[in-house]
Amino acid sequence: MRKAFAGLWKTSGSFRFGIISLVFAVFMVVMSFFSPFKPMESFAVTPDLRPSFTHLFGTNSRGQDLFWQMTFALRNSLMFGVLTAILSRIIAIWVGMYSGYKGGFIDKAMMSVNDSFVIIPVLPILLLLNFLLREKMNWFYMALMMALLGWAYDARLIRSQVMSLKVRIFSDTAVFCGMPTLRIIYKEHLPYVLPIIFATTINNLLWSIGMEVTLSILGLTNINVPTIGVVFFWANQHQALISGVWWWVAVPVVVTVFVFTGLYLLSVSLNEYIDPRTRLRMKGGAV
Amino acid sequence: MSIRDVFSKAFLKYILQRVGQCIIVIFIGINIAFIIPRLAPTNPIELKINQMLTSGASNYPEAVQLFREAMYDLYGLKGSLGEQYLSFWKRFLQGNLGPSIFAYPRPVMDLIWNSMPWTIGLLLTTSLLSWIIGNLLGGLAGYYSEKRWTKWVELAANCVRPVPYYIAAFILLIVFCFLIPIFPTTGAYAPGLKEGWSIQFALSVLYHCFLPGLSLVIVSIGAWLLGMRSLVSNIISEDYVQYAEVGGVKRRTILSKYIMRNAMLPQITGLGMSLGGIFSGALITEYVFGIPGIGMLSYRAVTNFDYSLIMGVSIFSIVGVAVSALFVDLLYPIFDPRVRLS
Repeated sequence: MRKAFAGLWKTSGSFRFGIISLVFAVFMVVMSFFSPFKPMESFAVTPDLRPSFTHLFGTNSRGQDLFWQMTFALRNSLMFGVLTAILSRIIAIWVGMYSGYKGGFIDKAMMSVNDSFVIIPVLPILLLLNFLLREKMNWFYMALMMALLGWAYDARLIRSQVMSLKVRIFSDTAVFCGMPTLRIIYKEHLPYVLPIIFATTINNLLWSIGMEVTLSILGLTNINVPTIGVVFFWANQHQALISGVWWWVAVPVVVTVFVFTGLYLLSVSLNEYIDPRTRLRMKGGAV
Repeated sequence: MSIRDVFSKAFLKYILQRVGQCIIVIFIGINIAFIIPRLAPTNPIELKINQMLTSGASNYPEAVQLFREAMYDLYGLKGSLGEQYLSFWKRFLQGNLGPSIFAYPRPVMDLIWNSMPWTIGLLLTTSLLSWIIGNLLGGLAGYYSEKRWTKWVELAANCVRPVPYYIAAFILLIVFCFLIPIFPTTGAYAPGLKEGWSIQFALSVLYHCFLPGLSLVIVSIGAWLLGMRSLVSNIISEDYVQYAEVGGVKRRTILSKYIMRNAMLPQITGLGMSLGGIFSGALITEYVFGIPGIGMLSYRAVTNFDYSLIMGVSIFSIVGVAVSALFVDLLYPIFDPRVRLS
């Protein structure tokens, strides 16, 4: 483990950058628990102060310290994204693997339901639900909803991978050697499916956080719980750019781009590492 | 490939199967779109009536009662859920999606047709552009992966990919409308200009839609590029590619004829899916840049509790995605000889 880390650190710039932004993100999330202010407490500090040593990211027109705001925002957005990704992965992995292994009628039936979920327009439905349930909406329900709407495409990807693995020679060899089915799935196939699961997890996480930003900008989420989108929503409400409080917009932009680009690059470099084919190639073997 | 090849018995069976699947998928999709808004605990018509009563329009109990009944009938919310369901399908098959609530009495279909050209124009162009550029760059980056510039291209794609779309659009807006003000901030064409087929109007539209278009292209190129790159890097190690390389086939020919043609197949499916997504519009693009397309329409529909309009936009989008997926499936044999033969 330690050797792998050192190797990746040495060879991959993406990995280094990713680790740095991960450390930053974790730092922010931890700091949110030590905040001197309540999440949405307003006029606790002098409004409209430029970034300085006392207020690292400046303060906004609502009299909030942007540094502490960002700690809450990052924590809530990340929690929301991770929860959505985990919940939708449970559905996607189960549907994809089961459907792929079973084949036949079960596969066909499951895939027509799956395809229907692929084509359902997510945004209009999310807009409507968020609008109707605005007061009762919290990030947990929203994650649940996004998970229910966002698993289908990935299930299809996982299924196609499983289907192609099923007919590979090593699967037959394993069966003839008397390996039990579950062991074949975990020992032989999972390493090949894992990169896809991992990649879709990251994509789903980014997708859900992007959706949350979209909905918040439109004012359709609970705007009293700070998330990245909500910070933008309030900045737009107070027309931060026009009134010259540019750091109110710049701070969330820079922090978001830094954290998400970093986490994505980290996932890309890790994904390359856990893919058995890449490691084979690095050792000079045939793929 | 002759006409007879295309219309072989096996291919006809393939077509029928796909069409059937498409119809089933549309049916299930529309059912879900029918059920979800009805599960919500808010009643849009009572809300509308309350709004009217508080604004003091009319408060004769009989008039209100009559109005209420007329509204329930108009929006297909009369009777039990079963009755609503039947009357919904009856109207739907007649091509009638009812009148809109916020732009009463304009029919929903009318509103959708009016917004459609903007969205289709913007998204069709940008989707095709980013697909072509992304795949070309991705193919090059995958095949010439030892070159330095491909590493930079890949890094750029990896850096843009995870940025939420709103932020990307917003950065462009700030840079090109405030810091270097060369593009207009809002609108699909210059104010005061008449909509029509004139050169002046077309140029104005092009000028106004350049920035929103650019934001969409930048954001979606990355995904195509990275997808294509990984597809290509898988194909490179196949025996037939190695054989061609050993046999001295030109590298450019290997890339275009041997690798790209194979790697393109999943990307074509992806293009079909993304073209279908056009019908639900690019809400945030249209919101940020003030373009009167489908996305803007659905936003206004939602904030006005406009049931029939939301249903209308959703149905259009469901049919759009399903039909373009079908279309791609039907074109598939042209690109993939294996499907053609089996």
